Amino acid sequence: MKAKMTSDARAALRRAGFSRRDFLKTSGVLMVGFSMAGPAAEHASAQGMFEGGAPGSPPPNQVDSWIAIAADGSVTAYSGKEELGQGISTAQTQLVAEELSMPFDRVKLIYCDTAFTPDQGVTSGSQSHPANFNHKGLGQAAATAREALFKMAADRLGAPVSDLSATDGVITVKSDPSKSITYRQLIGGKKFNLTVDAKAKRKPASEWTVLGTPAKRSDIPALMTGQFEFVHNVRLPGMLHGRVVRPPTVGATVLSVDESSVHGIPGLVKVVVKKNFVGVVAEKQWQAVQAAEKLKVDWSAGTGLPKHADFYEHVRNQKPTRDTLLVDSKDVEQKLSEAATVVKATYHHPYQMHGSMGASCAVADVQGEKATIYSPTQGVWHQRSSAAMLLGLKPENVHVIFRRGSGCYGLNGADTVTYDAALLSQAVGKPVRVQLTRKDEMAWENYGNAYVIDERAGLDAQGNIIAWDHESWSPTLGNRPGYARPGNVISGFLAGFDPEPFTPRTPAPDPRAYTNNSNGVPSYVAGRIDGVSKGTGTVKSERALLHNVESPFWTGPLRSPARLQNTFAQECFMDELAARAQADPVAFRLRHLSDPRLRDAVQSAAKAAKWDARPSPVANLRKTGVATGRGIACVAYEGDNGYTAIVVEADVHQDTGKINVKRIFVAIDAGPISNPDGLKNQAEGGALQGMSRALGEEVTWDDQKVTSVDWATFHSLPLGFAIPKVECVLLNRPDEEATGAGETAITVIAAAIGNAIFDATGARIRQIPFTPERVKTALSTRA
Amino acid sequence: MSAIALKVNGRTHSVDVDPATPLLYVLSDDLELRGPKFGCGLGQCGACTVIVKGQAIRSCVTPVKSVEGVEITTLEGLGTPDKPHLLQQAFIDEQAAQCGFCVNGVILTAKAFLDKNPKASEQEIQQALSGVLCRCFTHTRMQRAIERYAKEVAR
Repeated sequence: MKAKMTSDARAALRRAGFSRRDFLKTSGVLMVGFSMAGPAAEHASAQGMFEGGAPGSPPPNQVDSWIAIAADGSVTAYSGKEELGQGISTAQTQLVAEELSMPFDRVKLIYCDTAFTPDQGVTSGSQSHPANFNHKGLGQAAATAREALFKMAADRLGAPVSDLSATDGVITVKSDPSKSITYRQLIGGKKFNLTVDAKAKRKPASEWTVLGTPAKRSDIPALMTGQFEFVHNVRLPGMLHGRVVRPPTVGATVLSVDESSVHGIPGLVKVVVKKNFVGVVAEKQWQAVQAAEKLKVDWSAGTGLPKHADFYEHVRNQKPTRDTLLVDSKDVEQKLSEAATVVKATYHHPYQMHGSMGASCAVADVQGEKATIYSPTQGVWHQRSSAAMLLGLKPENVHVIFRRGSGCYGLNGADTVTYDAALLSQAVGKPVRVQLTRKDEMAWENYGNAYVIDERAGLDAQGNIIAWDHESWSPTLGNRPGYARPGNVISGFLAGFDPEPFTPRTPAPDPRAYTNNSNGVPSYVAGRIDGVSKGTGTVKSERALLHNVESPFWTGPLRSPARLQNTFAQECFMDELAARAQADPVAFRLRHLSDPRLRDAVQSAAKAAKWDARPSPVANLRKTGVATGRGIACVAYEGDNGYTAIVVEADVHQDTGKINVKRIFVAIDAGPISNPDGLKNQAEGGALQGMSRALGEEVTWDDQKVTSVDWATFHSLPLGFAIPKVECVLLNRPDEEATGAGETAITVIAAAIGNAIFDATGARIRQIPFTPERVKTALSTRA
Repeated sequence: MSAIALKVNGRTHSVDVDPATPLLYVLSDDLELRGPKFGCGLGQCGACTVIVKGQAIRSCVTPVKSVEGVEITTLEGLGTPDKPHLLQQAFIDEQAAQCGFCVNGVILTAKAFLDKNPKASEQEIQQALSGVLCRCFTHTRMQRAIERYAKEVAR
């Protein structure tokens, strides 16, 4: 494939004040192969959403798409996985430094810019480590580059590769250290012209000197001193400010817009209406705010909403459904009928929101046929194609540059606000920055799914689980936009694009291959398909059946989507079964778990917490005052993408219903640990964010609209709450694959708290959030 | 529109804006400061915090005219990446951030409180931060950083 630079890349360099030649000379960065052909095209069809291969992407099979060694010998790495605050840019820099034997501070990482970086789909789903640290992507490209450098050095130094070693960008002959050559001398400023070699040898974790260390995040000094450029801080010459005007109720459409209502507002540039999308553009932000507030829009009546109080029944009974069977041994009813005891319980999980700290923001510059977009999107290549569709432009004329927004935890308003900015900029032909309001963000984001979950299990006379049935109902609407669905989020929909259609399917077809990436299959069942067990547990009689129904609200991935809701139900239910069997919850789990890593996580958390082996609830229950209990929960995230167990110690204030979590012990296994402090930060933050979700967070609505639209109506725990002590046990697995790490602790904490409440009081709460009112109701109705 | 003189981080600026404009927009758009941020626009989260007359205030709900001529300190005014303020240094040492969007509110709220109450207890500091949000929940690290700084100041 001939190396050439796209016009976007050239434009990007020009904007940065470089000609291509200057850029190569001064930084040595190589612009290669941005045309789409051959292997890259095949890649596009072969990969799922986490690893795209959009036309125009630097081909992922080429080393030059990932690694460039500059004329001064410094290394630039290109990644399609971005820094959202999870620390992955530091870990990826460590990875490249490690594989290339370079000092950490001589590797520069560029991520998620469609002019430079390969399409790796979206940065989400605990996939950044699997994508770049195992056998593909950035790590494998760096290893291929190292092997190539060693071969070149062997030729130049007249020594076999086996007699060479590399340190800090210098390759030295081990038997004659006077002979050495630098990467700069070997390839500085030139291309590798190499295909990524799947067999290139990776450095074993036992030899790591950069990976595996708590390297400090390079963005933190700028963050702490107000120097860091968030997308909110992007300023372009001649930039205008936009605000959007969303419908007042769900389903309302534009009947008319009275532009005269905003005449006379100083600085107003334009009122923009495209189908049901309404926005204003002004010279200054405050002018746009006032125009958006004053603009008179006549909206149709909304479509109405199901009653919040009866919503879970509404979901369970809704038709049509789309059904999915994950496992079915076909003998569950029979085994349940033979069981000594059958236990049933229903769990409810509300819609929750990402609730990003900063309302979303983006800056777009759409001029004629071309667009440059600064976006906090999780997928720049997806955004490029879908924004092109929205704007009626060719994807190759859209340049998307990631700029960090505030933490998103999934599909927050990032893609929506990017479309808002693009639409408004196109309407005025000038750069426009759009800042959503808190209400714009909270009333219309793609919420994490609500769930109704029925669990049923049978115990034999010895208290062993002999059958487990998991059945869930969950409403959906929209999703990530991907390459071609701008209507999957609110602004694309308002502008006239349809969301992914709901396609009913019932009954569910029999599963053909085992998958548990929703954690719909409980950890304790065997997960047998065609006689092969791929689950993490021992229970052979099993069924996991999921029903999706249509949602009145937009939904999309929120940190640990479905996995968290399913695990909440299963891990509380496991505790109920242990209580029924009068068994210790840790021992009872271990009795039904076959997976060694998940077992180890459970044992490690229990050990750290000095777990007192006994059945729950605690003997001699106190019915008044403060009761103290402990609970455990665990997960094999997506079946095999990270392992965590958490033990919680909590006080239940029985007079007020208030829960005070005092200590949290997290045992976490994410494979070989690339940065222990980064892993800890994810585990601590995940545990506490999950605690906030468990104790207070819930989307609410009336008969027409969402009513949880700010921090007074959506309850996130502030910094002022009594912060529990969080102790992490990091289980390092140098010889295993790298797994996800950011979504495991958050997945189990709600169940661990629920189990601690039960242990303390004997009251079982099967609905999130555990508000004081709900706790008090449970206490007053306990046996 | 009218000319307003603003004293920010020791420098005086003259801006020509509607006097009712929230201070936040002037700081981020006219002065292009990156410390104060738009979190909610409602004074509920702390992301827009600045220090005025020793008080941490919410710049998203403060009309610019009301702080004319008064010394305003933003996160940039405490220190730089090369020479961070001790409190900023404590946050760096503790790696007390994930996305980092909230740290403006956390650091400035803690700073204003500890300036006035250098011997505050752990609980009092916690109480002072009760109106500040961090959605990544980097709470344990932030608490450690603030306590580390508080101990250094008390010494």
